[in-house]
Amino acid sequence: MEGGEAPLPGGAGEKRERLRVESLTKVYPTGKRALDGVDFTIREPGVVAVIGSSGAGKSTFIRCVNRLVEPTAGRILLDGVDLVGLDRAGLRAARRRIGMIFQEFNLVERLTVMENVLAGRLGHVGLVDTLRRRFAPADVDAAFDLLERVGLEGFHDRRADALSGGQRQRVGIARALIQRPDLLLVDEPTASLDPRTARQIMRLVRELAVERATPAIVNLHDVALAREFADRVVGFSAGRIVFDDAPVALDDSTLDRIYGGENWHAPPEDDPPSTSSGARPTTLDDAGA
Amino acid sequence: MSAAGPPRPPHGRPKAGGQFPSGDRPPGGGGAQAPLRGDDTAAPGRTWRRRAPGETLRAWLALAVGAFVAAWSVSALDIEWAFFRDAHVQAADLLVRMWPPRWSYLPAILRPLVETIHIATLGTAAALVLSLPVAFLAARNTTANRATWLVGRAILVLSRSVNTVIWGLVFVAIFGPGPVAGICAVAARSVGFLAKLVAEAIEEVHVGQVEAIAATGARTPQVWAIAILPQVLPVLVGTAVYRWDINVRESSVLGFVGAGGIGLYLYASINQFAWQQVTVILIATSVIVLASEALSAFVRSRIS
Ligand SMILES: Nc1ncnc2c1ncn2[C@@H]1O[C@H](COP(=O)(O)OP(=O)(O)OP(=O)(O)O)[C@@H](O)[C@H]1O
Ligand SMILES: [Mg+2]
Repeated sequence: MEGGEAPLPGGAGEKRERLRVESLTKVYPTGKRALDGVDFTIREPGVVAVIGSSGAGKSTFIRCVNRLVEPTAGRILLDGVDLVGLDRAGLRAARRRIGMIFQEFNLVERLTVMENVLAGRLGHVGLVDTLRRRFAPADVDAAFDLLERVGLEGFHDRRADALSGGQRQRVGIARALIQRPDLLLVDEPTASLDPRTARQIMRLVRELAVERATPAIVNLHDVALAREFADRVVGFSAGRIVFDDAPVALDDSTLDRIYGGENWHAPPEDDPPSTSSGARPTTLDDAGA
Repeated sequence: MSAAGPPRPPHGRPKAGGQFPSGDRPPGGGGAQAPLRGDDTAAPGRTWRRRAPGETLRAWLALAVGAFVAAWSVSALDIEWAFFRDAHVQAADLLVRMWPPRWSYLPAILRPLVETIHIATLGTAAALVLSLPVAFLAARNTTANRATWLVGRAILVLSRSVNTVIWGLVFVAIFGPGPVAGICAVAARSVGFLAKLVAEAIEEVHVGQVEAIAATGARTPQVWAIAILPQVLPVLVGTAVYRWDINVRESSVLGFVGAGGIGLYLYASINQFAWQQVTVILIATSVIVLASEALSAFVRSRIS
């Protein structure tokens, strides 16, 4: 399936709603209103960057979508199905279609790279097979292909705790993608990485989301990364969406609106984007054995 | 580590009334603190006590209470002091009768010695298997609800508060005398020990790893098996190996209550006043206990 996957029917022209969030509200038990009536729709694949100052509700938003955080009110429709009302079995089925990538990678440290990647298929495996680590041959094939694609060929038997941060995030990406998700949720994928690795990871996320025609919601702290790698930018402030447009529309006044007043001189661009589209694996500096 | 580090600048302690070398600071002095002047005028009148006056009073009170409790216990015990008068004579007499060890007895106790180790090993293995479900029941983050948590906690308390020998009595009453009762006794006592530590480990797992697996749509038992079990496995194995060597020691006395192992032979030899056999048993048991302790320490050092 790898590489030869045909673009999804909804890929190019058709504008069906893939994700629709309606007046999503989250009030934490502390009384903190982290989300305050968020409306948000994704109609086409591509990268949606979510930016906003610390505490604006970005993580809460992303984690409400797959109900790692239970929304207080509102609806979350994934291809027309409301995730908020689902029972446990329904939620599990929905989660199988949503891949998630974390800032802290959240690999199971004591398991191997292969076990971590295949964990993305757990929704399709019974408990006994889980304990015996028996996965469908097609899944194992897909895992090898994905490891190659993210630049970790030959790393399958390494333990996750023996990897660098960049390598771990690549495993995290492979784990999310082996789910063959209809939606990717990515919470600050690069915040624990150095700037160079951060760009490589963002490029990889972007390439894979485009290749597979999968919409991705990516929380980012770095406006420069959002400008470069996103098709659309959503700005959060105090639990509300205050900006939703193409990255080119991000100017100082909109940044003021999102982040509050500051002096916005762009950070120096010392690493110009080498726009490598296509299926070539991103070069991997930190993969050296 | 520290030996390889750069040599620390010598922080000479100032002599009384002396000046600190310029640019140097008193050791341990806070950074924000103004450098001390070495005036003699500052020194008199300063006192320092380990405890505040109230604390001193409390310390004396604690000592008095302790002395009272000790005196009370001794008087309540009705100790026959006359026995103390010739205790050293009795001890010397016993040592003479215990020596030399009757080594010809050794072949006869090899089988019960091995049985002792088997009791400890099988009991620990059974406890290892049983402790996992109990631990998941007793850990706050994996138990189903308050009732199941209480059940888990109750198992822990019951298992841990009853001594292995008492468990031996219970299981001898159920299964009759023999090693099966011993294995059950060891398992019953060890389940609580292992499950308590594993439950604590479960409560301290990295939640991010658990969330990540839950987010793939895995069922709860799968999340436990993939995200939690690997994280607590070192604790489980390390604790079990540690418990195993405790169990070797404990199963050597299980024979006193008929639960198999070397204890039965020790008990019989004492009752027959066969002190030279007792010496052989004590030496052989010590060797096995020391060997199991060394093995257990080695295995635990290898777990990563
Ligand atoms: N579990 C929680 N309990 C109570 N309050 C919470 C909880 N999680 C988040 N909050 C609060 O909700 C608000 C939004 O938090 P959230 O983590 O979504 O922000 P964020 O935009 O992701 O911030 P950051 O950029 O720092 O990651 C914050 O004020 C935070 O303190
Ligand atoms: Mg966040």
